[in-house]
Amino acid sequence: MDLAIDVSELTRRFGDLTAVDHVSFGVERGAIFGFLGPNGSGKSTVVRMICGLLAPTSGRAELDGLDVAKEPLEIRRRLGYMSQRFSLYPDLTVLENLRFFARIYGLERTVRERRIDELSELLGLRPYLDRRASVLSGGWKQRLALGAAMVHEPKVLFLDEPTAGIDPVARRDLWDLLFRLSGRGITIFVTTHYMDEAERCNRVAYIYLSKLLALGTPSELKARSDVTPSGDRWLELSCRSPTRALAPIRALPAVRDATIFGETLHLRVGSEWREEAARALLAELGEQGVGFRDVQPGLEDVFVTLTRTAAEANRA
Amino acid sequence: MPNGFVAVASKEFLHVLRDPATRFVFLIPILQLVVFGYAIRIDIEDVPTAVVDLDRTRDSREALDRYRTTRTFEVRETLGSIDELERAIVAGDVKVGVCAPEGFARKLARGEEAELLVLVDGSYSSEASAAINVSRELALSSSQRLRAVPWDVHELRRVPRGVPLARISAESRLLFNPNLRSANFFVPGLVGVILQLVTVLLTAFSIVRERENGTLEQLMVTPVGVWGLLLGKLAPYALIAVLETAFVLTVMVFVFQVPIAGSLLLLAGLSLLFLLTSLSLGVIISTLARNQSEAMQMAFLLLLPSILLSGFVFPLESMPRPIYPVTFLIPVRYFIEILRAIILRDAPFEALLFPSVALAVFTAVLLIVSALRFHRRMA
Repeated sequence: MDLAIDVSELTRRFGDLTAVDHVSFGVERGAIFGFLGPNGSGKSTVVRMICGLLAPTSGRAELDGLDVAKEPLEIRRRLGYMSQRFSLYPDLTVLENLRFFARIYGLERTVRERRIDELSELLGLRPYLDRRASVLSGGWKQRLALGAAMVHEPKVLFLDEPTAGIDPVARRDLWDLLFRLSGRGITIFVTTHYMDEAERCNRVAYIYLSKLLALGTPSELKARSDVTPSGDRWLELSCRSPTRALAPIRALPAVRDATIFGETLHLRVGSEWREEAARALLAELGEQGVGFRDVQPGLEDVFVTLTRTAAEANRA
Repeated sequence: MPNGFVAVASKEFLHVLRDPATRFVFLIPILQLVVFGYAIRIDIEDVPTAVVDLDRTRDSREALDRYRTTRTFEVRETLGSIDELERAIVAGDVKVGVCAPEGFARKLARGEEAELLVLVDGSYSSEASAAINVSRELALSSSQRLRAVPWDVHELRRVPRGVPLARISAESRLLFNPNLRSANFFVPGLVGVILQLVTVLLTAFSIVRERENGTLEQLMVTPVGVWGLLLGKLAPYALIAVLETAFVLTVMVFVFQVPIAGSLLLLAGLSLLFLLTSLSLGVIISTLARNQSEAMQMAFLLLLPSILLSGFVFPLESMPRPIYPVTFLIPVRYFIEILRAIILRDAPFEALLFPSVALAVFTAVLLIVSALRFHRRMA
């Protein structure tokens, strides 16, 4: 397997705190890799170690076949990083920002101008080149940041919650762009809290309490036996008022887990589940149009289940 | 050329040109110089004075009359006894009393040294010392062998007779600052303090702003080196600081009429050295402060010792012994020494070797420490 990122047994301690605990995974070249986990779980510490900003306490990380710890400078030429916060110069124009980053990477003038031209085309920035970055809307700022992060044609792009706080249309556009980049062979490492974005990734990793809890394609994760223990299954309950039905349904002994999922409820139920009992209960509550159907767990179900299991194990 | 220097420096110039605050960068120091330059004066004039003539001779009257002709004293009362004089001083009616004791003319006639007793209210230290100094100068400049003996009302202890008159120090002050103008003493020092404040703030702000904007984090993942980043950011502010020095010195010469006695080239060279020191002070503050208001506080924290312990207001030699060594840690101390030496005394470079080397060492240490701290921040 041709890996763009190869992380093995990566560990980082800050004093007594272990922020990252023996994390291993690989990212195939050209893949879109989703990295998920609650805030404070060690997500950004992993990213900082792969980018060579933080030395691991033990273990190693390779980027494009290079040991990150040994060749920090060469690493930086091969990666692009877009932070969650807009981190360009608001008082400079779009063009000046792009030029600055191109210069920082030491691009020759002709290469630089050609590259900026390509990026303006790709990102649709051309009409905005002479505007100050401060006047751009959230989605355009994000495009500019992406442009600055890839002005030096990196092999791997790190995107830290790229769609936090931008509107749905801009979000869709950004993902279309990421797919195009991935199609050109650029590896994309993206952290996100959005499940629909995680679903779009080729592979997903989930980190919780410093440990990697899950790694695989979205469908592999949904099929995991620890998410759906044998005998259990996932049901979708549709009714008129899922919010009102949630508490009584959750109180049923056969229901292991219940969460609101849009207009429906997602239930994980044990083998003792009897649909008639639930229907009777809902009828008592005055619910109408009650329907049950078997579903696959969503990624959110997967992560919530894994997180609860891990939290219980951690408490025990 | 360190990696990324040109990129960072040219970007920084764009910031400076765009920042509406830039025009104030030139205006404010000049305003400060003019305002503070006029406000800080220690030329003591019209100190309320009383005279007592116990000798009642022509000689004693002439000696006391000399006090009426200086601008330092304003003789308000003529009293009959030392007791009355003491009461007047304690009551605060006058701050200085001068007494010609009995036998004053007789001693002069015999060719002995005659004494004028000078009573000084020591609670106003600057006026007291001015009164003592001027009394001594009056005595010295007299054709007769006069001696002014200072008393301090609060100590009521006569200064021992054996104390020699301060002929040398009086002369040296007269030599380099013939009118004893305080502007000549203060304005060069003020130039140093103001330049430090402005350059420290400019650099500290410019780097802290990158941290606040999150752009520092972005730069850390690029191949830009610590030195490229640091020096690139300093370059435009160094240029501003040089222009500003020229402005401020021009104001000093033409508004405050403090001429530059020494070599302009030497002054320019050593000013540049000090500007580097103060830019690196700004850098080190920026590695400590998390936001602009913290940087501001630190810059002002630095300002206080720069005013009090730099020799700007209080002469270094008269500092208490435990404090004196601390002054060596105040960079602007060396620059003020250099400024006064070149502007007032036309000192050659050889005479300024120590402060120059001290500034160079400061700059090197500050920059290296900053670079190390930056490295750690990067990690």
